[in-house]
Amino acid sequence: MSVSLRVLDDGAWVSVNDSRQVSVSELWRLDAPEFCSCTVPDFVVENFQSVGVDGRTITATVYGQCIQCGETGVPGWIPVGRLKNGEYVDLDRENVVLPAHGGNGN
Amino acid sequence: MPTDVERWKSEVYGNEIREHLFEFAEEGWDSIPEDERDAWFERFKWWGLYHQRNGQESYFMLRIGTPNGRLDPGQLRVVGEVAKEYATGPGTNPIFGDAYADITTRQAIQLHWIKLEDVPELFEKLEANGLTAQQACGDSWRNIVGNPMAGNDAEEIIDAWPVIKELNETFKGDDDHSNLPRKWKVSVAGSADGSGQGDINDLALEPAYKEIDGERTVGFNVRVGGGLARNEPRHARDIDVWVAPEDAAAVAGGLSALFRDHGDRENRYNARIKFLVDEWGTEKVREVLQEDYVDFELETAGEDVRDQYTYNAGGDGRNDLVGIHKQKDGKNFVGLNVLVGRMGADDVLELADLAEKYGSGAARLTQRQNIIIPDVPDEKLDEFLAEDLLEHYSPDPSPFMRGSVACTGTEFCSLSIVETKNRQVRFARWLKENVELPEGIDQFHIHLSGCTASCAQPQIADVSLRGMKTRKNGDPVEALDIGLGGGLGEEPQFARWVTQRVPVDEVPGAIKNLLASFEELREGDETFRDFIQRHDDDELADLVEPEETSYEDPMMHNTKRTWYPYAEEDSLDAGPAPTNADGTPITSDD
Ligand code: HEM
Ligand code: SF4
Ligand SMILES: [Zn+2]
Repeated sequence: MSVSLRVLDDGAWVSVNDSRQVSVSELWRLDAPEFCSCTVPDFVVENFQSVGVDGRTITATVYGQCIQCGETGVPGWIPVGRLKNGEYVDLDRENVVLPAHGGNGN
Repeated sequence: MPTDVERWKSEVYGNEIREHLFEFAEEGWDSIPEDERDAWFERFKWWGLYHQRNGQESYFMLRIGTPNGRLDPGQLRVVGEVAKEYATGPGTNPIFGDAYADITTRQAIQLHWIKLEDVPELFEKLEANGLTAQQACGDSWRNIVGNPMAGNDAEEIIDAWPVIKELNETFKGDDDHSNLPRKWKVSVAGSADGSGQGDINDLALEPAYKEIDGERTVGFNVRVGGGLARNEPRHARDIDVWVAPEDAAAVAGGLSALFRDHGDRENRYNARIKFLVDEWGTEKVREVLQEDYVDFELETAGEDVRDQYTYNAGGDGRNDLVGIHKQKDGKNFVGLNVLVGRMGADDVLELADLAEKYGSGAARLTQRQNIIIPDVPDEKLDEFLAEDLLEHYSPDPSPFMRGSVACTGTEFCSLSIVETKNRQVRFARWLKENVELPEGIDQFHIHLSGCTASCAQPQIADVSLRGMKTRKNGDPVEALDIGLGGGLGEEPQFARWVTQRVPVDEVPGAIKNLLASFEELREGDETFRDFIQRHDDDELADLVEPEETSYEDPMMHNTKRTWYPYAEEDSLDAGPAPTNADGTPITSDD
């Protein structure tokens, strides 16, 4: 089963199977101890850079900033959604703490 | 590996997109195969169509490129007519109503809620009247900017219009220049006031004198690699070239070909020519241009007039083109303030009537999102100024109205983080009622951009506002970063971002407090920009002092999580989109 993944409109979107799924301007809580000094960075999504898949999890690298401390940058690969029977399902990104991984999401 | 966008462009791009566009329009929105939408939306940009954000599927923004902001007699009426007929959608803007046109910071026009099915008819009407959306977006020569009064501005030293016209006619639709690595923004100006804003364009031709065969000749100095986007602002850099008007197309075309061949197509974030200039340096740009792209000896730079630049410079002289100004031919041009660049379609039509009655019917658009009615003779001036419409679109507005520039924001734009145009209107109204500017300050520029793409050119304003988020009492709210002291002029400067993530309802208070500190600490009659200049970032951060005031912001919540921020029932899935040609929702069959 192949899945088509793309960043569109100069970083405004993550598109999964030709459908725009994840948008900039969301506020995520991250488990990303290396990103900044906050226990749980409060991260504004400004710009998607790349999208990958790790098993059934769709992950993305994204530029943004922690609104508690102001640190900016790319905190690693972050899960944004899952594939269930080939269909894309959103994670509840604004309410759960998302684990950031340093490695490649592919 | 080439990007998706590059792959799509290599399949179909440029003029040929039009046939496909018209075919889809004929058969309806639904006829675009789902797995090809991303590719087609990317391509449609070349013809000026930009798909609106999520919640608004099947609706498009349409940008009409008006070179140098020039609308010939009759064209303003056409803009009003198409806005009224085609730019209505399911959402009503509480300030601007149902149909409106936006004047952009690059002297173009934007319409929203355009239906794909209307495009052929709409293009036919535009084109029958000498207007087009070709290359208004996409990776190609964009709308050329400059001083919109070129040819008739009493302050000009060379008429830039013949050059702009030639560049526009040569490079619009030219297959050799239609597929560039990224957008290509050009400014050509002949006035000594700096109103071309060349410093923030990919390519700037600025008026300059050069001794040629013993004669002092007027032409243009060439600068390359300016731009504001993405936290990577750059001023255009001097490549030590002067060009005569008759050679301008050869040099400009040479540079766009150089960009075409050497720009980064692997990484869109690194694609603009500003990054190539960073990498190569100006000497190499000049060398490669000379060796590979022009077949005559380039002149070295001439004597520029940058020391006379006043536009957006924050000092004395013409900071914008609002107000009554003399033309070369003795008539007047009257610059009218259009708050945040947006005009209701009926107002556009009414202004078109006035332009015919008092002027020649022509109109001009400025980079500060305003409109000019040229060709008004002295004897008709008083009567024109007494028209009711000019109370709203004033030639002598409050500095807070006059200085406001705002981008599209969450109303339609997918990159946005905050609501912009309506908010800037509320800010300006509140500031006008509640804040006095210090003695002698009659210009104050506040620019609001909804994200770092910087479409409202925030970095070149006295106060720069840029969309962000923060938490207030634990809840996520829309916020703004505040930057200070930007401006153009002889020595352009980008704003310094001194205070981050101020909740939007505390921003007017912050500006009020800042201006109070300015009044208190000002030395003599120093300008705001000089005042900012002599303080360091920490001192400035102390002067900003965000504070709640009587200003209320009804759009604090996440306006991006709506299908339309101003709808009564605003949740993402409450909107009707996608819809068919007549606006009926299309129900998905899966
Ligand atoms: C895809 C990402 C986008 C990027 C990177 C981007 C970036 C920019 C930049 C940098 C400018 C000009 C500032 C300067 O003078 O350098 C600009 C102009 C502008 N943009 Fe965007 N923009 C994007 C999408 C949009 C969208 C989706 C809209 C509206 C729906 C929009 C509306 C405007 C407007 C109104 C202008 C004024 C200039 C014109 O006439 O071209 N932009 N954009
Ligand atoms: S600055 Fe950002 S929010 Fe504003 S129109 Fe440009 S891309 Fe959209
Ligand atoms: Zn942090």
